[in-house]
Amino acid sequence: MAKHATPLLDQLESGPWPSWVSDIKQEAETRAKNVKGIDYQIPVDVCDDLLGLMELTYVEKRTHWKHGGIVGVFGYGGGVIGRYCDQPQQFPGIAHFHTVRVSQPSGKYYTSAYLKQLCDLWELRGSGLTNMHGSTGDIVFIGTTTPQLEEIFFELTHNLNQDLGGSGSNLRTPSDCIGTSRCEYACYDTQSLCHALTLDYQDELHRPAFPYKFKFKFDGCPNCCVASIARSDMSFIGTWRDDIRIDQKAVQAYIGGELKPNAGAHAGRDWGKFDIVKEVLSLCPTQCMKMDGGKLVIDDRECTRCMHCINVMPRALRIGQDTGVSILVGAKAPILDGAQMGSLLVPFVKVEEPYDEIKEVIENVWDWWMEEGKNRERLGELIKRQGFQKLLEVTNIEAMPQHVQEPRSNPYIFWREDEVPGGFERDITEFRKHHQR
Amino acid sequence: MDKEAGKKAVVEFLTKKSKSKSKFYLKDFYEVIPEEKPRDVKNLVNEMVKEGTLEYWSSGSTTMIGLKGTGKQASAEDEA
Ligand code: HEM
Ligand code: HEM
Ligand code: SF4
Ligand code: SF4
Repeated sequence: MAKHATPLLDQLESGPWPSWVSDIKQEAETRAKNVKGIDYQIPVDVCDDLLGLMELTYVEKRTHWKHGGIVGVFGYGGGVIGRYCDQPQQFPGIAHFHTVRVSQPSGKYYTSAYLKQLCDLWELRGSGLTNMHGSTGDIVFIGTTTPQLEEIFFELTHNLNQDLGGSGSNLRTPSDCIGTSRCEYACYDTQSLCHALTLDYQDELHRPAFPYKFKFKFDGCPNCCVASIARSDMSFIGTWRDDIRIDQKAVQAYIGGELKPNAGAHAGRDWGKFDIVKEVLSLCPTQCMKMDGGKLVIDDRECTRCMHCINVMPRALRIGQDTGVSILVGAKAPILDGAQMGSLLVPFVKVEEPYDEIKEVIENVWDWWMEEGKNRERLGELIKRQGFQKLLEVTNIEAMPQHVQEPRSNPYIFWREDEVPGGFERDITEFRKHHQR
Repeated sequence: MDKEAGKKAVVEFLTKKSKSKSKFYLKDFYEVIPEEKPRDVKNLVNEMVKEGTLEYWSSGSTTMIGLKGTGKQASAEDEA
């Protein structure tokens, strides 16, 4: 018998999709039964009270969570988000309900033994509720009490070989796609770059350094499996400078139907015979492909590396061999000023250890933002406020055609006074001799 | 400015403000020691947290910093 009646939550379970209400109920029941005989370190009825409080919220249409707090583990300014319920007498199980962000392994590779360890830790010292994974990429442990924080941290760092992630005005846990470890589209080793920068920027990750949050994400190719272009202040997207490699025989095999387009991903339905013109050539955003006497021809100078043709015909088309990364900056969610995608800052750089060229860009951007950013101003908002041209100046990057989104709207070409003979001052009487008012 | 003088300036600033406000953004500290670079101020403030002079407060998305023991405390967060 549930501790609180929750008719409004129950109704949510009636839909066809998996329900978080059912999940929380399941955990509540498991805790109540406690067949494993766990010595729960936080209230057994944490999940029941969470459900009860949410029901109340739905009834009253009023939230009962307080915002923030002074909780954390010693020396860390991030990784723990303090949460307190404002009806602790009615719902004592969630008087404290802190979130713990735990760094996820690169590429999110786990062994099942390790997952079990994480779950055992969280059943013992937390609510048992997790989010695998948050938008930031972290393993998110939802709901524990203040006295458990140091214990959890000790266990994670000493026995699970894992660290807390970032929260608050810190560098957030960097996240990456599986990259070269399994994906043939990867243009660089995302995991190696992600890991190296995570280690290099430990201080920024654990201690508040910035006006607001800052996220790095690493995508091995423009397919953007970790959505870096939309979700990170600085996004690293793999690309190539040379030409797409074409296997003409395989192109014919796609046309002839021996090879399934998209590696058979859409094979669940009969879409008719594969039509290379309709499904590939005419969907190329830059219209740079054509069939020439049975041969596929790509004008690679015009190709924007959108990946479409490669995704459809992976056996026939492969990324180039001179690979590297594009760096984009300023993506953000819509808290202020609307959502923004990243803007291209560095069109191409080779990804080579020890990544000095990349780190120079990062640190120049940070110095500017730390100096000029207002409180709670994301990098993308600062770029809008002071201009992309200012960003080019502080990163010592020359304006180039790739920075221009479309002709005339943002050319980023400006003269500074010291570059103009005679400066910006002029002799007005001399000027008036030639120009009437 | 040397480190100790910087720390003193930070404590003085926070003590003076403590009646009206107990928590500040990192950026507010830049103005306390304007001759230092933001990165150095950041390092100094974080060091003071480690020493136990200052403490962090976090909303989850933003971090603020104040004198340890001023304003609302973790032990009292679950009170009204
Ligand atoms: C106690 C009340 C809660 C409050 C006030 C709260 C607030 C927040 C905040 C401030 C963030 C971080 C935003 C940032 O990264 O800047 C966050 C992230 C998140 N919270 Fe909560 N949260 C609460 C409880 C919950 C609960 C009960 C759930 C789910 C059952 C949940 C799920 C999430 C998820 C999935 C994220 C995203 C994590 C990520 O993307 O990294 N939260 N929440
Ligand atoms: C019909 C109902 C729902 C729809 C249409 C929906 C849709 C979405 C969409 C479009 C996203 C963004 C995915 C992305 O980042 O690309 C998302 C993310 C998410 N949703 Fe839902 N959602 C629904 C219900 C729920 C429920 C009931 C929960 C949990 C209680 C939930 C938890 C989440 C979480 C945690 C994320 C973030 C995933 C991440 O961190 O990347 N959603 N949802
Ligand atoms: S982003 Fe590209 S390289 Fe990374 S996993 Fe996805 S398709 Fe593969
Ligand atoms: S990657 Fe995209 S832009 Fe380039 S040739 Fe293929 S479809 Fe066209």
